[in-house]
Amino acid sequence: MRGLRRPRPTAREGAPRILVPFSGSLDQSVLDAAIRIAKAEDAVLVPAYLLVVPLRYDEDSPLREQVKVAMPLLEAVELAGLRAGVPVDARIEKGRTLTHALKRLWEEESFDRIVAPAPAPGREGFTPKELAWLLANSPSETVVLKPAA
Amino acid sequence: MAAGVGKTYRMLQEGRLAIEEGRDVVIGYLEPHERPETAALARGIEEVPHLKAEHGGLELNEMDVDAVVRRAPELALIDELAHTNAPGMRNEKRYQDIEEVLDAGIDVISTVNVQHLESLNDEIAELTGVRVRETFPDRIIDEADEVVLVDLTPEALQERLRAGKIYKPERAEAALLNFFRSENLSRLRELALREVAEDVESRRKHAVLDPLSQQAIAERVLALVEPQPKSQRIMRRAWRSSERLGAQIDAMWVRKPGHELTKEEQVSLAALRRLAVVLGAHFLEEEGDDFVATVRRVAYERGTTYIFVGTPDESRRREIFGGSLLSRMVRELPGIDIRVVANRADRPEAAE
Repeated sequence: MRGLRRPRPTAREGAPRILVPFSGSLDQSVLDAAIRIAKAEDAVLVPAYLLVVPLRYDEDSPLREQVKVAMPLLEAVELAGLRAGVPVDARIEKGRTLTHALKRLWEEESFDRIVAPAPAPGREGFTPKELAWLLANSPSETVVLKPAA
Repeated sequence: MAAGVGKTYRMLQEGRLAIEEGRDVVIGYLEPHERPETAALARGIEEVPHLKAEHGGLELNEMDVDAVVRRAPELALIDELAHTNAPGMRNEKRYQDIEEVLDAGIDVISTVNVQHLESLNDEIAELTGVRVRETFPDRIIDEADEVVLVDLTPEALQERLRAGKIYKPERAEAALLNFFRSENLSRLRELALREVAEDVESRRKHAVLDPLSQQAIAERVLALVEPQPKSQRIMRRAWRSSERLGAQIDAMWVRKPGHELTKEEQVSLAALRRLAVVLGAHFLEEEGDDFVATVRRVAYERGTTYIFVGTPDESRRREIFGGSLLSRMVRELPGIDIRVVANRADRPEAAE
């Protein structure tokens, strides 16, 4: 046995950016599919964990409890992408609602494609209504992936 | 909790804040209470015209759901969730109107008193002797992203009532003897607090910062970042360590004098700043020709005990192996721990 080291994936200039917004959790099958799409398109994967700032807190409040959930997830997503040879540029975005957080992210950055997990019973993330909003308002081509059963 | 505690006022405050944040906000419906402070706060916020309805010889105002949906704001402020609409309206209840607005992808902030909750109806009747007729299903509260309690002591509420801030004086006297009795208000307050406590408990996973954790303690972390994707990882690792240490966290980018940011760098820098806000980190941007000297100055100014730095770029590799940057940091930052944040994907895997 010997140790092998992969070349570190780096984004080429002007590479397309694929946004994968999620909250609470991200289904492995959705992640795998997003990575495959990014790889096929020689794109940068932008996993974005969306946080909701409760109304009783100022918009600029640190969100420690939610961040505790987001951090290891983003680490895992980033690691999966990098191991697959896909450059990753992770984000955490916040808003008063998930759609508000998404809108803010779109206002700050542009994305060539959005890969969103479909709502699934018993799982956190987008509700059918939020997903409908996303499809109606998304500034880029949007792919909705159904989590594995 | 009860009429007059300031629910509408609070709703309008949230609306104003949302406008300041750049959101498109309208008033879908505001109950005309003739309260000057409330009217003043509503002034200047676009209000969608009402529908007129006639009932029993009275002209009634109702929310125009279709007009709100057509206007398509990001956020609609709609007062009195438990209100019963005038006969002839499409929906019997305002909460049904609100559901239509939500279905159209519009966020809604609404107001309601605790006694209108369907599941509490019997309990309220027993406690206060008053049977509330306008109720709404509990699922509406369960489905809300958030429930905010607008609290006021019974004494303060009665004071507001006496001062004519809730009802006109002739109606206030009767109210003080009936529904607004101290014992009633205390019970309602208790119920409202209990409901919200239960709601908060059920949403604990979304709870936020414990203010005590913000208190400065001995450890202080400094994450050295650059406007590059890998710096997100440096900030994440630094934050996790700061959590374990109970430490405050700073993030700093040392900008070379005259360095012009590319478009990608601008995006990365803005994202790092936003991340810093979410993490409760202080983001510093310092200009300096000498990276280590700048880090040293800031670290001692801020009482840093632990520095996180990324693995060097390919272009810096020779410099690092030549013992330059990291060894200079170790040498020139005595008493400060330094951690080089690795890319876990670089970890060698056993070959078959």
